[in-house]
Amino acid sequence: MAVTSLKKQYHELADAGFQLTVLQQGAQFPAFAEKLAQHNLLPLKPTGATILQVNVGKMCNQTCRHCHVDAGPDRREIMTRETMQLCLDALARNPELTIVDITGGAPEMNPDFRWFVEELSKLGKQTIVRCNLTIILANPKYHDLPEFYKQLKVQVVSSLPYFAASRTDAQRGEGVFEKSVKALQMLNEVGYGREGSGLTLDLVYNPSGAFLPAAQQTLEAEFKRRLKAGFGIDFNNLFCITNLPISRYLEYLLQSGNYESYMQKLVDAFNPSAAANVMCRNTISVGWDGFLYDCDFNQMLELRVAPTAPQHIRDFDLQVLNNRSIVLNQHCYGCTAGAGSSCGGQTVS
Amino acid sequence: MEKTYYNPADLKKFGNITELQPELGNKFFDYYGEVFKEGALTAREKALIALAVSHAVQCPYCIDAYTSDCLEKGADENQMMEAVHVAAAIKGGAALVHGVQMMNKIKELTM
Repeated sequence: MAVTSLKKQYHELADAGFQLTVLQQGAQFPAFAEKLAQHNLLPLKPTGATILQVNVGKMCNQTCRHCHVDAGPDRREIMTRETMQLCLDALARNPELTIVDITGGAPEMNPDFRWFVEELSKLGKQTIVRCNLTIILANPKYHDLPEFYKQLKVQVVSSLPYFAASRTDAQRGEGVFEKSVKALQMLNEVGYGREGSGLTLDLVYNPSGAFLPAAQQTLEAEFKRRLKAGFGIDFNNLFCITNLPISRYLEYLLQSGNYESYMQKLVDAFNPSAAANVMCRNTISVGWDGFLYDCDFNQMLELRVAPTAPQHIRDFDLQVLNNRSIVLNQHCYGCTAGAGSSCGGQTVS
Repeated sequence: MEKTYYNPADLKKFGNITELQPELGNKFFDYYGEVFKEGALTAREKALIALAVSHAVQCPYCIDAYTSDCLEKGADENQMMEAVHVAAAIKGGAALVHGVQMMNKIKELTM
């Protein structure tokens, strides 16, 4: 497994434009926009944003094989406190935005992360942090994160691609499963995932390979059974997320010879109900530098929100943003396959 | 002219068997779809059974399809290999149990 980001390797797929070229080359795959048009969903419009997803930076202690952010220890792009303040200003002005979903990289590595979460708490926003688990053990200064999260009633969402080391480590790095288990136990110790605590701990499953995720409900039951029996771990919900063919996962697909068959799988599994429920309809994504996107995936492909809408958080105008047309490309098939996929798991029951 | 009997691309054409006999073909696929729905057995358990049977009948198309299906249904490598061993045990056992028949015949023919 590569231990540095594609960017550090000067890999051609580190370039968003090159990724889009690859995605658009497959003439055998119908254009995603055409597919939506067949189901009267074009132009794709927001249903009204309630979630602001804030990517506070690409710095991470892990270099996961499938990472759509191309995050890693060598990435230095992180959100400044000034940009965070612009997010807070926009959130204060727009009570409709009730949920803030903080992602990265490892968000906790941003030096202003705790300040930002505290300020969000003062605003009364429901705050989600996408915690990679191992960060809790990466350095003594992070060991108190479970307590910090508990005090501010943060909803913790953590990736755990499998309930065994083999597939988890293959995707996320050697030793990650063992550390993740320890971190989950630490979160459990302060009450996360325990019944009646009011502290939510959700896990994210995404396939460790070129296949689609299992049905969420049945896999959740299996995860609960295995993690409880093997490690005494409790959690609330399992979110099944489909890997989108961008960045390092795209590199994996191409390098392993699975790209065409995976794209075909996504296209074949297109589900109009999932298309109607895609997360970009109720989410606005903010990049580390304050630019606005329809989702975190578009962010990594540098596809900003439509030019009719404000481009930067400093100019945030929810009404105008709620009337924009969502920017689409071939990677969007990942969110509409099967039972659908979003940062909150499958979108169709 | 194909140089091999099996072509991976043919798996996708499985549905084409209805072209020559639509009524029976469609009945088969309807039945097939019903069989693999969640029931008393979960979809994952059924995928694992199908994987084991695929090995027993040595169908490369089925092995291809149900390896993917097992992964997509959340089965892990240990479960999948155990399923293959179940198939191997039954196939091996089926051969060996005929040893009793052989022994019976030996008894019949020898002093």
